[in-house]
Formats: sequence, C-alpha cells, structure tokens
Amino acid sequence: MTTTAAPLDVTALRADFPILSRTVRDGKRLVYLDSGATSQRPTQVLDAEKAFLQTANAAVHRGAHQLAEEATDAYEGARQRIADFVGADFGELVFTKNATEGFNLVAYAMGNAATAGPEAARFVLNPGDEIVVTEMEHHANLVPWQQVAQRTGAVLKWFKLTPDGRLDLSDVDSVITPRTKVVAFTHQSNVTGVINPVDVLVAAAQKVGALTVLDACQSVPHGPVNFHELGIDFASFSGHKMLGPSGIGVLYGRRELLEALPPFITGGSMIELVKMEGSTFAPPPQRFEAGSPMTSQAVGLGAAVDYLSVVGMERIHAHEHALTVAALEGLSGIKGVRLIGPSDAVDRGGAVPFEIEGVHPHDAGQVLDSLGIAVRVGHHCAWPLHRCLNAQSSVRATFYLYNTLDEVDALVDGVREAQKFFGVA
Amino acid sequence: MQLQQMYQEIILDHYKNPHGRGLRSPYDAESFQVNPTCGDEVTLRVHVVDDVVQDVSYDGQGCSISQASTSVLTDLVVGKPVGEAFKKMDAFVELMQGRGQVEPDEDVLEDGIAFAGVAKYPARVKCALLGWMAFKDAVARSQGAA
Repeated sequence: MTTTAAPLDVTALRADFPILSRTVRDGKRLVYLDSGATSQRPTQVLDAEKAFLQTANAAVHRGAHQLAEEATDAYEGARQRIADFVGADFGELVFTKNATEGFNLVAYAMGNAATAGPEAARFVLNPGDEIVVTEMEHHANLVPWQQVAQRTGAVLKWFKLTPDGRLDLSDVDSVITPRTKVVAFTHQSNVTGVINPVDVLVAAAQKVGALTVLDACQSVPHGPVNFHELGIDFASFSGHKMLGPSGIGVLYGRRELLEALPPFITGGSMIELVKMEGSTFAPPPQRFEAGSPMTSQAVGLGAAVDYLSVVGMERIHAHEHALTVAALEGLSGIKGVRLIGPSDAVDRGGAVPFEIEGVHPHDAGQVLDSLGIAVRVGHHCAWPLHRCLNAQSSVRATFYLYNTLDEVDALVDGVREAQKFFGVA
Repeated sequence: MQLQQMYQEIILDHYKNPHGRGLRSPYDAESFQVNPTCGDEVTLRVHVVDDVVQDVSYDGQGCSISQASTSVLTDLVVGKPVGEAFKKMDAFVELMQGRGQVEPDEDVLEDGIAFAGVAKYPARVKCALLGWMAFKDAVARSQGAA
C-alpha cells in the first residue's frame, strides 16, 4: 500500500489527456465535469488503438493468415486483462456494443429461455414470476426488464428510495420473495453516486434462488471492483466511461450461467454447427458475440485497464472522494442551491447532482458552458429517480482521476455566476 | 459575451413575466409535448373560432428558452387566422433550424427575433420549439375534431 496510498499526481496525469488542454467557448479553459457521461482517453489508449490498426488489423476469429492471428491475440489478450481487472475469469466476459446491450442480452436471453431446451430452464420467466429493480436505475437497467416482463407475464417490482436518495432496504423480504427470479440493480447511481450494498442484495437474492444483475457502469471505472468477491451473477459496464473507446461494453456472467444461457443476437461466429434445418451454438463467450466484433475498441479498452491499474483504483477512488467532499461543501454553502440525493459523501462515488432555485438546469448548464465548464443537465437517463427526489431535472457534476480541486472551485463559482446572471443571487 | 447573445433581455423578460400562461377554457384541443432528453414539458390548449386563433393557454415546466418562446408564441398567434399563425410558425422554425445563418424578419416574428442567438446552440433548439410543436399538434387536433 505504500505506493498506492500516495495521492495522485494529477498535474502529471493530465498531461496524458490531450483534450484537457484545449479551450472552449472563446478561449475558456476546459473544465470537464462530465466523465459520468463519457470519460476522456489518455494517449496510451489512443496509441494502442492506432498501433493495432497500423500493425495488426484484421477480422478476429476467422482467417488463418498472420494478421488474423495477431488481431485475434490482441482481442483475446484484452479480454484477459479486462477479466483480471474486474476479478473474473477469461471466459466469463462477453464483449458487447455498450453496457445497454449487456442488460438487453441477459433480459432477451431469459425471454428466449422458454424455448431453448432443458439446460436453460433456470432462466425461464413465467407469468407471475417477479423481476426486482430499483427506483434509482439508469433506464438501461430498467426498460429491458419492463419489456421482458411484458413479453413473459412476469411482474416488475422495485425497491423505493429514501428521501435522501438511498435504497430503502427496510423490508427487503417484502420485495425479494420466493417468486423473484431476477434482482437487477446498480452498483453506483449514475446520478447521485450512491454506492449500494451489493452484499445485502446478493444475499437476499441467493436466499430465494434469484439471479443478480449488476449495473457496474459507474463502479468499475472509479474504484476496485471484483465480481467474484461480490458474488454477483451478471454485470455490465461500458468502455467509454473508463478511459476506453466508445462502441464497446462488457458483460460479465458467472461461467456456469453463461454456459447455460441461450443466445440473444444470432448469426456468424456464434455457431457450432449450421444446417438448413437448424443450428447449434458455440460455447461462451463466442455464443454471445455474433458477427464481426469490434477490435481496436477491445484493444483500446485493454490499454485503458492497464492505465487504470498503473494509477491504482484505490487512489482514484480516494481522489474522487476528496473532490466530492469539496463539491458538496462548496455547493451546500450557496443559498438557493439544493443538493439532490445524500448531502454527505458516505458510500458515494464522484457524482454531485443539484438544482438552483430560480434557474432551470438547462440554463444553469448554459452559463457553466459559457465559462468552459462541461456538466450534464437533464434527468441523466434516470427519470424515475428524479421523480422520487422531487426534481424535474438536475445539473450533475461528475469527477474522475484527472479532475482537480481548482475545477471544483470553478464549478462553485460558476453556480454563483448563474444565479447572478438570472438575477436570483 | 456569448451568453448575452443567447439570453437576450427580451427572452429573460418573457421568462420572468410570461404572457398568456395558465390553462384556460374554452378550448378545442390540447397537446402535451415533452423533451425526452431533459424532461421539459408543456401542455398547450388552443381555441379556434372561424379559423381564427382566439386563445392559446399553456402550462409547463421548462427552461427559460422553452418558457419564453411559448410566451412569444401566444403574442404572435392569438387573434390571427390559422394560416397566418402557421406562416409565423414556419418562419420561427426556419430561424431556429438555421444554425445562426437565417436573418429573421421582425415584421413577422416580432419578439421572436430575439431567439436568433439560440439557433447557434443546437442542443437548445428543441427547447425553443417545444411550445410551437404543441401549438401545431393542438391546432391539427382541433381541425381533426371539427
């Protein structure tokens, strides 16, 4: 811990991210506080993508020439490094287009289970079976479950939120019951940064034999995560939120589950034997990677986890915690600012949503943008959460390893500027 | 400063003191429109008599741009024949989709010309058009029902 406990040298680190030195809106220094939506990429990731394309580009898992071999090695090598990074085995990671596809993959595969043969029986959803989600889910881990419930006759249930935006786990047994087949929930809220107690929900799900599906989009990029230790059954996360490319996500599934899970998208690459009358399917992960997969994106994501590993996930988490504490303190000191979600930084990642009395979030975001400060405004694909917390929408600042306390100060000053501009200070 | 170009005084005035706000009767049709990226919403009613827009009333939650443009809309279309109101709407839509390249005609758009600066911000064009889309939809419904 001696080296990993040292604080981040953010100045040195920022030099790896060329985009952070650009200016916006007539020469304003860019203050990028929107990494929760998408993160920026270091030169190490960009270089890895470029090097792959310049030296080894070919279609993977087909062809016998040297480039095809090298491309396949690069693709599968990335899978191995990403698996090591999240505490999973090589064969337990499926590359997807994005995290959303990962959730859809599980939901659709379960929807397909009824006609898929005896080994898929444990995934079948019957009318009256229950699917449990939470009110804080990103739409990506909510809408696919609504849809599969509609198709199968299963019933959607959910955990409600406490007034400060944490999961209300006061009566877990009334929500997760012997009828529950799936419990899908987020590890860390994309709006409030609230980190949920995975152990409590996994234990409750296991007690009734329900599968667990974790939205890890906001946890894997920002702190140490080990899927085996969490005991989760499935998890999905995206590359572009963790210094990697867009166009790639990762679905984790416990080996025995992936082996029994029927396919979602079908076609080339995912088959074992194809005849005119019907086909059999490849073992996982290939069973779930139909068609020509993304390649340089996988290589880039491999480079991203290398980069994050060198920096150290504990240190990144500690750094973001310090920024969150500073932002909560600065914003709560402004009259007319309402923090949405918890007012403290306990069990919380680097996301701070708020509203300004008399200034609509879109307008606040516009003033911040004019000062060079990039934040997210709106409901951030978590409409039900906003309704629960009595907000029509919000301004959300999110932090990453390259953000500084100076940038938090700029945000706080910018909020005061927005109040002044709209005459509500 | 760019911000002032976008938030003209006229826009801020309409935002703080909106014209025609509140839902009223009688009305012939109502339209509910929402901007799914931000959750902004407007409910707008039209009352059309002998092809003339007698009243436009509305309620909603939204940013200064969406609220002000709906306020300007009521000034522009109430008391006008539907055809003329639609011409104004077309002119406003053209201005908003012009990425700052369209020169607005003050005789047609009156206070609406203040939104020329908004057209340079693609993310905000939807805000400016929210109330207008509700107006278009409500008039179509009123005509369909007639």
